[in-house]
Amino acid sequence: MDFLYNFFISPFVQIADSPLFFVEVLTGGLLSGVMYSLVALGFVLIFKASGVFNFAQGAMVLFAALFFAGFIDKGVPWWGSLILTIGVMVLLAMTIERVVLRPLVNQPHIILFMATIGVTYFLDGFGQTVWGSSVRVLDIGLPQTPLEIGGVLVNKFDIIAAVVAGSLVAVLAVFFQKTRVGRALRAVADDHQAALSVGIPLKTIWAIVWTVAGLVGLVAGVMWGSKLGVQFSLAMVALKALPVLILGGFTSVPGAIIGGLIIGAGEKVAEVYWADAIGGGIEDWFAYMLALVFLLFRPQGLFGDKIIERV
Amino acid sequence: MSSTAVSAASGSDAFTADGRHKIGGVILSVQNISLSFGGVRALTNISFDVRQHEILAIIGPNGAGKSSMLNVINGFYHPQEGKVIHKGQERKRMRPFMAARAGIARTFQNIALFKGMSALDNIMTGRNTMMKSGVLAQAFYLGRARKEETEHREFCEKIIDFLEIEAVRKTPVGRLPYGLQKRVELGRALAAQPEILLLDEPMAGMNLEEKEDMCRFILDVNKEFGTTIVLIEHDMGVVMDISDRVVVLDYGRKLADGTPDEVRANQDVIDAYLGGGH
Amino acid sequence: MLYREAGQFKTSYAADQQIFPILQDRVGIAVIAAIALGVLPLVATEYLTTTILIPFLVMSIAAIGLNILTGYAGQLSLGTGGFMATGAFAAYKLSTAFPDLNIVFVFLGSGVITAFVGVLFGIPSLRIKGFYLAVATLAAQFFLLWLFNKVPWFTNYSSSGVISAPPRAIFGDIMVTGSSAHYTAKYLFLLVFVGFLALAAKNLTRCHLGRAWMAIRDMDIAAEIIGIKPLQTKLSAFAISSFYCGIAGAAWAFIYTGSVEPLAFSIEISFKVLFMVIIGGLGSILGSFLGAGFMVLLPVILTNAPHILGLNIPVDMISHLEYMIFGALIIFFLIVEPHGLARLWQIGKEKLRLWPFPY
Repeated sequence: MDFLYNFFISPFVQIADSPLFFVEVLTGGLLSGVMYSLVALGFVLIFKASGVFNFAQGAMVLFAALFFAGFIDKGVPWWGSLILTIGVMVLLAMTIERVVLRPLVNQPHIILFMATIGVTYFLDGFGQTVWGSSVRVLDIGLPQTPLEIGGVLVNKFDIIAAVVAGSLVAVLAVFFQKTRVGRALRAVADDHQAALSVGIPLKTIWAIVWTVAGLVGLVAGVMWGSKLGVQFSLAMVALKALPVLILGGFTSVPGAIIGGLIIGAGEKVAEVYWADAIGGGIEDWFAYMLALVFLLFRPQGLFGDKIIERV
Repeated sequence: MSSTAVSAASGSDAFTADGRHKIGGVILSVQNISLSFGGVRALTNISFDVRQHEILAIIGPNGAGKSSMLNVINGFYHPQEGKVIHKGQERKRMRPFMAARAGIARTFQNIALFKGMSALDNIMTGRNTMMKSGVLAQAFYLGRARKEETEHREFCEKIIDFLEIEAVRKTPVGRLPYGLQKRVELGRALAAQPEILLLDEPMAGMNLEEKEDMCRFILDVNKEFGTTIVLIEHDMGVVMDISDRVVVLDYGRKLADGTPDEVRANQDVIDAYLGGGH
Repeated sequence: MLYREAGQFKTSYAADQQIFPILQDRVGIAVIAAIALGVLPLVATEYLTTTILIPFLVMSIAAIGLNILTGYAGQLSLGTGGFMATGAFAAYKLSTAFPDLNIVFVFLGSGVITAFVGVLFGIPSLRIKGFYLAVATLAAQFFLLWLFNKVPWFTNYSSSGVISAPPRAIFGDIMVTGSSAHYTAKYLFLLVFVGFLALAAKNLTRCHLGRAWMAIRDMDIAAEIIGIKPLQTKLSAFAISSFYCGIAGAAWAFIYTGSVEPLAFSIEISFKVLFMVIIGGLGSILGSFLGAGFMVLLPVILTNAPHILGLNIPVDMISHLEYMIFGALIIFFLIVEPHGLARLWQIGKEKLRLWPFPY
């Protein structure tokens, strides 16, 4: 009975008691959801353009953060580190395209997926071989102090993260919709063979997409790194981005954003109000369960097209 | 294959002079079917009957709704209006596997074989609904499972003989040429011993020789087992030759319905479809 | 010349439906069985048995399980670790709650319990497919581990959260689990178990259930139209696959490590088993063994290689390098032979039909 009370009644009593606190929790959740969206965005870009489920996105986040923090620790100014890291990510994207994707073209999706898990292992090992496995503090001067807006306390850092993510999406949207490369990308996403047949250079496109995903990973890495410190567990944020993906749909940029917000908010609320009833540490799986329940009602994700099956 | 069991049961007056089963009563009737996808109308108010033992052709230009019609018949699409009456019973909304279990088998316009499996295994899947041995019996290949496997294998081998694909029975179907794949697909449908066989463009993309073979198989199936056949075909020569009746669809509507000669003489059909080609 | 089916005529369908219709294959499998049963127990050292042979057998069971689900039924799963953990904890609860229950039944029972859990997490597979399903199975992985970590009932309220295999014997007095069991007894017990499980898997995949799985894998819509019930078929694959994974988890905890905590069955294990299946060959029971062998040997070789080569590398550096090389090898392997070791064996057999006179 205690459990039922704690599960079904007590949380709502608490919410009703202090709605302002609830709003605070919700806002905090939404803003940290933005961080998930940042990682999910990288997945979506690659899946859209090449149909590859890139498990290595999380490793790319860690990899970028490791190099960025590593350069800064070596005394390079932050803008120099940024340029160097961008260089590293471009190089990485080109190497992946040349060494992994090109030989595996036309293989089943599951093989490519496995290859990206191989890339994950490689990057995790390589990054730490070069930079070591100790935790690095990444301070790029972002404030961690809370800010009061209409009686609700909000972390300044989270707001900055939201602004960064928002501008990133805007830039990507313009890139996809308005540029020639963007149009080619959308064509490739629709149909590889058809795109090839009208003379779109698939290899270049893939290298570009992986570069862009790498840069998105860099932004995510810098944000996550300055929040949590640069360490191996950053690679695990990728696992948090996966439920965001199935919620938003693998191919939808807005889906990645909205999905991230839902997961972030849901997770935070559950953690604050329901963790007592079912025991702590639910953040490992709660997002997955949330996404799963969601999928049962909308199998194509939030923004996916309705599936019409043909034979 | 032998039809002795069937002929003994139904008596000699059930057959025509050339040995075919006489066309009987209505076995399946579609009534006022309308189907649309999110505002796009695929079928509008279609009605026709399928009679036992006949070969019925559905013709019409691309996009006329022929395949959609077959998909409605075997329960893959659910029409917004109208009903399907199978053996005198109105059919409720159902899943495709129920149609298969009720004796309706089909082949597909774009071959829908199980590419990773051998030709024999593909045909054996057609008999899956009849195999009843339990998990443990299968796991240790005990009496019932072993007996079942061997019996059904025998039946499938007859189909393989009939379709003349003995040489490729153990080849993965993904490696077979197009014409043979079409045959294997027909074999898979036949393995279920269906009462009604729906064939979606069984001869598309075939050369003359392959078409002749396929026609022969279709006519033989109809003759030997009395299987009712509904087929979609574009080749007018074939349609006029082998079918007892023809239904003509155009833009999701029914233009005509009758014997090949009647359809050929129908002014609407000539205007809409045949006219261009002749 | 030496390996060919020419001249071996089959006069009945039953004869043609054997698992190994070719004489040479039957001889080969008999030789392997003789070595595994008769020679290895006599010559294998404790190190070889406990670091290679036993984990190889345990992982083979898991690989067969995942291969049934992913290779035969086409349902991608990343929840293997969670299901193995279920098996381990089910075996622990069963053997401590019923101390007199024979260890064989403990293992089978833990498999059955895991099968139920697998079915539960397989239900979404009717509506979601492909990578969406893979991500959904991660829910099982994380939720189950959390459950075994959080609920003290599963560990019989042990303060450390670690379960230890209770000593159990077969045939009255031959100890096969627990610290007093001899490694050879453990190995032989496991070997017989694996033999039966592999045979059952092979049989299942060549009977009508296996054909239904493969039909769903190759084209689910067509399968449904010829009368195969999608939900029932997918759930049966989840059930049987989880049964195997559950037994693998139980064997891991009871025979391989002897004591285990939920963390041992992390997502790393799920990936490893998936690698085994892919490297060995999707849709091949033989491949499951080959993949398990490869993946068990690789880390052992990587760990010992610097030592053998006389290199002196700091320990944490070695572990990072291991990661790197492991990742690179996986990619290399996928590029060279995306269809797995089983396909290589197939190609080898075709070559052997002509060898040594290729013309």
